[in-house]
Amino acid sequence: MSAVATAPSAIHSGNRIYRSRKRVNFVLLAISGLALAFGLFWLAWILGTLLYEGGNALARATLYYQMTPPPGGDGGLANAIGGSLVMVAVGTLFGTPVGILAGTYLAEYGRRGWLAGATRFLNDVLLSAPSIVMGLFVYSVYVAKVGHFSAWAGSLSLALLVIPVVVRTTDDMLKLVPNTLREATVALGCPAWKMVVSVTYRAARTGILTGILLAIARISGETAPLLFTALNNQFWSNNMNAPMANLPVVIFQFAMSPYEDWHRLAWGGAALITLTVLVLNIIARALFRKSD
Amino acid sequence: MSTATLNPPESAAGSSARTDVPGPRRLRSAPWADKAFEWLTRGFAFLVFSLLLAILASLVVGSQLSIEKYGFAFIWQSDWDPVQESFGALVPIYGTLVTSAIAMIIGVPVSFGIALFLTELSPKWLKRPLGTAIELLAAIPSIIYGMWGLFVFAPLFQTHLQPLMISTLGSVPFFGALFAGPPIGIGMFTAGLILSIMVIPFVTAVMRDVFEIVPPMLKESAYGLGATTWEVVWRVVLPYTKVGVIGGIMLGLGRALGETMAVTFVIGNAHRLATSLMAPGNSIASALANEFTEAVGDLYFSALIELGLILFLITTIVLALAKLLLLRLARGEGTRT
Repeated sequence: MSAVATAPSAIHSGNRIYRSRKRVNFVLLAISGLALAFGLFWLAWILGTLLYEGGNALARATLYYQMTPPPGGDGGLANAIGGSLVMVAVGTLFGTPVGILAGTYLAEYGRRGWLAGATRFLNDVLLSAPSIVMGLFVYSVYVAKVGHFSAWAGSLSLALLVIPVVVRTTDDMLKLVPNTLREATVALGCPAWKMVVSVTYRAARTGILTGILLAIARISGETAPLLFTALNNQFWSNNMNAPMANLPVVIFQFAMSPYEDWHRLAWGGAALITLTVLVLNIIARALFRKSD
Repeated sequence: MSTATLNPPESAAGSSARTDVPGPRRLRSAPWADKAFEWLTRGFAFLVFSLLLAILASLVVGSQLSIEKYGFAFIWQSDWDPVQESFGALVPIYGTLVTSAIAMIIGVPVSFGIALFLTELSPKWLKRPLGTAIELLAAIPSIIYGMWGLFVFAPLFQTHLQPLMISTLGSVPFFGALFAGPPIGIGMFTAGLILSIMVIPFVTAVMRDVFEIVPPMLKESAYGLGATTWEVVWRVVLPYTKVGVIGGIMLGLGRALGETMAVTFVIGNAHRLATSLMAPGNSIASALANEFTEAVGDLYFSALIELGLILFLITTIVLALAKLLLLRLARGEGTRT
């Protein structure tokens, strides 16, 4: 007993191993804090640049109602903003029902058989697949066959990017709906399809909506797939069968050009897109948090 | 107001009367609607299932011409000459792999540090805002990264950091060649660095998720034995979540390989095989973005589509492996605790 009491503890500042372990711990944890600072540093820098460079352009009203100018001319981004809105809307309208129905199969009917498991796996691969490949796909199956670039093709390639996001969230959110709810509904004599449409969809509504918002946020900034599908248009166009201007491609074209005033417009467009996407993300998060 | 209060009993009575009579007919029609809805959803699931295969098929068909002409040699031939109609994919493949490797070398340790901070060190009230801020990095569109990289980062890098790197790292034996050359701001290193910022949120998210599933008993036992926080993370958390962490890294790699716009802005778009990371190069995705709409001639098109096919195959394999690893971790979750 007394031998134990008098035995010196290993935990004291004179123990070299203990000291070095503590030092290693301190240094590495400090580095992990620095890693976080590293991440936040880029975020702050990029957002700061956007506000600084794009702020002035955003404040000018001509940005919203004038067409994209030729180099040296004065103008805005109205046709690009309009085209982006149209194509994002059409892409979402095409992609969302497909995604929700496919996600419904995975969560509600996919207990048996190989299709659900395989689809879930391939969908997760598609979720991170390079978006430029989607553009190539739409180019070879649609644009090359029809013979011209068009807003339909752009919308289609955006829809293909919406689908995996919506499938994933629908599947996840429907799986969160407690089974007792389904059993109670079926026990009342409700057919299974009606149970899905009026009970489980309703229970998972906010979650599914979050997924759709995130999908919209994702496609709003997508450039690569639009390069080969919607191309670009210097003017306002209401023709879905013709090339249509859109913000990302205009930003790409203007930023790569040597003209100073095109750069300014590109910064304005960049700030506009980023603000939209960040707001969509924040709304989606707030919605999802409320549903928890 | 009075009609509103009157309505419910009336309608309730009405509906109860209605269910008495046509009830059996409703029941008979239900199985038909059920089957129809199930087949509808199954059809769309099948559509999603076949999408990946359809993409693959269309790319193979599209690159027929180039596959027939070059065969496998396409992969290791380095000349890319639209005028002479001679195409090889080595330079873009090399650029894609090198930029992604740089992104991983920088991004993975940083992501690990962030995940470690957020799961083990951060005070509870800071966890959510910090986590959200890191996730917002993934929300910024890639074209913004590219533009910022070209206009803001590259000039600063060129005047301040790059000369320093070339004069110090460039004179290290063996590795020196990687950092040699004139400071021009854009190039493969800049592209890799920007890619690393872009993969951080994806890798961090997976690492955080898998760190959270480590049973607290394991960590507490280690703490009880006197381990420091770092020792707990390095010797307990990391071995336990190894498979998931690798899965997360692969997921980030898949993202980096296919990233288009950010790389296109800053890589320099030079079809040249350079040993120095500071030199401009090209990646598969940026070659496509730059040249596809301007390509003339069937062989040129076909070669570009074959580039897309190679990119798609590489990313699909990497992402599928990532998914398999993460699935393995999810399955092991129940058995090991």
